[in-house]
Amino acid sequence: MSFDLATAPPRLDQAGSVRPSWRVLVRWETALVFIFVGALFFGASESPHFMTRTDVFFIGLNMGEIAIMALPLTLIVMTGEIDLSVAAMLGLSSTLLGYLYQNHWPIWLAMAAVLVIGAVGGAFNGFLVTKLGLPSIAVTIGTLALFRGIAEIVLGAKSVVNFPTKFTNIGVKPIPHTELSYSAGIFIVLAVVYGVVLHATPAGRSMIAIGLQSEAAFFAGIRVKRIKFVLYTLSGVVCAFAGILWTYRLSSSRYDNGLGLELDVVAIVLFGGVSIFGGRGSIFGVVIAVLVFGSLKEALTLMNISAQAQNIVTGGLLLISVILPNVADSLRRVRARAGLRA
Amino acid sequence: MIHGSRTRRLSAVTFAVALVTLAAGCSSSKKSTPAASTPAPAATSSSAPAATSAPAATSAPAATSAPAATSAPAVSAAPAGIKKGLVVYFIPKDTQNPYEVIADKGGAAALAELGGKVVVSSGTADTAAAQIPSIQAAIQAKADAIVIAGNDPSALCPSLAQAQAAGIKVVSFDSDVTCPSHLFINQANTEQIGTSEVDLLAKEINSTGQIAILSAAATATNQNAWIGYMKSQLAKYPNMKLVSTVYGNDDPATSLTVLQGLLSAYPNLAGIISPTTVGISTAAQYLDNHKSLLSKLTLTGLGLPSQMKTYVNDGTVKAFELWNPSDLGYLAGYAAAQAASGTDITTAGATFAAGKLNTYTVLPAANGTGPSVVLGPPTVFDKSNVNDFAF
Repeated sequence: MSFDLATAPPRLDQAGSVRPSWRVLVRWETALVFIFVGALFFGASESPHFMTRTDVFFIGLNMGEIAIMALPLTLIVMTGEIDLSVAAMLGLSSTLLGYLYQNHWPIWLAMAAVLVIGAVGGAFNGFLVTKLGLPSIAVTIGTLALFRGIAEIVLGAKSVVNFPTKFTNIGVKPIPHTELSYSAGIFIVLAVVYGVVLHATPAGRSMIAIGLQSEAAFFAGIRVKRIKFVLYTLSGVVCAFAGILWTYRLSSSRYDNGLGLELDVVAIVLFGGVSIFGGRGSIFGVVIAVLVFGSLKEALTLMNISAQAQNIVTGGLLLISVILPNVADSLRRVRARAGLRA
Repeated sequence: MIHGSRTRRLSAVTFAVALVTLAAGCSSSKKSTPAASTPAPAATSSSAPAATSAPAATSAPAATSAPAATSAPAVSAAPAGIKKGLVVYFIPKDTQNPYEVIADKGGAAALAELGGKVVVSSGTADTAAAQIPSIQAAIQAKADAIVIAGNDPSALCPSLAQAQAAGIKVVSFDSDVTCPSHLFINQANTEQIGTSEVDLLAKEINSTGQIAILSAAATATNQNAWIGYMKSQLAKYPNMKLVSTVYGNDDPATSLTVLQGLLSAYPNLAGIISPTTVGISTAAQYLDNHKSLLSKLTLTGLGLPSQMKTYVNDGTVKAFELWNPSDLGYLAGYAAAQAASGTDITTAGATFAAGKLNTYTVLPAANGTGPSVVLGPPTVFDKSNVNDFAF
């Protein structure tokens, strides 16, 4: 059995502590950076309006909420779980904000209440996954329908508009002296925070350990359930926050806000090199994936490529990012076996 | 480890190649677009099918190049004529809805007559968020005008305001938006649609019997407005009784279920009005398979000639109504071109020329709708004309 240690990249280094395989990460992210550069050249060659000052603002505007929701999802996927209810939570939060505002709640109080509801919804996911031990994909498909359903009951087919201009301005004005949308600015700050937590704290290392081998992590004294519970709760809060941003950006609260966005969010996380089986990935990869997605989509829109064709590109990227690592894995195994025979 | 990293590198290269192939696929398919779209409308709404499908062909094919010239002397309200080379972005609810595709082609035909071009751009889902990138694209392309069918009355306002600030004229059609200072192209007068459908059914069932309505979603604004006028028009027919209104949510399966429920609850039903293309085509298909019902039951409503042709020709449905979506797009295209050329089209009483459709007068704002024009009365389709329409 010695070949296993020698050829298949071991997930434990010599010292025996659990660590992500940096080499692997660097490879994937290097490829992503090249793809991003390629996308920039591609966009610039196809449209004179690509990556102009206004365009940078528009890309930030269009990608902001999706990018923000990708961060907590990254951590959840790192632990080997999934949260498909992110966009439904965005819709629920948007609806509640509108409902409370319509009922004359002070806007700040309404926003705080929405964040609390986000935490409750996220904790509900966490409870079902950790305390009842249900598979997260089933749980969050359930809450996807549940959150969206509650949103539909709260507002029905109505929409709430006329939010204060100082808030809705985030949909038309960049952060002063920059070309960044407010949502993009918030994403950058959050990405730094998430990056530090995941890659430079014991908590982050615990998440990676859980994703690599949940049971081993448990026996190593890591509080697997508690960490997962906290991650789901956090995801609820962040998605509720994204819902607030979405509501102000479109200056409209509707139950179908953000319908179907979960696919984009999951696609970005996987394309960013986060393994769907957990344990592998980085915030940097996800950030680059956001950039690639945003610039490719914008380039295709500027070229007036139909939205259907754009979906093919998105779907293609998602498939590639899931298939390639697996193909690489099996290739490696075949080679290892060949090497043994020789 | 060496093998591993080599495999990684290999996979990265493979990935990059695959991506480039994807990108190349897009760019090559696009390569044909600008070439075609410079002189004519964008490839997605190529002018060839528009010319063949547009009922315009029946009106005056010979005069297509000259309507501006012919109408100009008649309409003194068109001041300086229309600028050449206008670029108008048509942003439908989504890019697949067959009804909107026809409307967009009508718009492309209008701009082709005027020496401009139409770019059709929208998302695949009927949401405001999916339309915003298209508005942004119009801003960046420095388009002259945007013609939009709003998926949300207010959520597009920030983006449309940005477009207006950038000097782009905004016209809405099919589904209005609440933002200020734009013209709404109304497909048909709400009251006319409601009353004329009742009249049409009354004529066919001798103004006698139980009738029902098969609608779309219970929350759909336009459906409910039409149904309201149907009810008031029914007061004129004392022997016709509206027994039920059911909702098929514009989904064929749901429409079929509620229709079957309706037929078992009211076995003596004499007439059904379905003011939605999905409802009427589903009901027509059902009746086609259950011809015994036809002896006492008559179906009418709003339908697409292309979907209803079979059923009209084999006698399942005698007549139905719709406005001409191609003309709707054509009118919107003319309105946008007029606005982009400096014509005032948002003041009540202002008039503007719209090619083969002649002149339109802007109606004052009322009932929450801003300034608008109404395309005209709905067209009745029956055996005599249904085959002439390709939409």
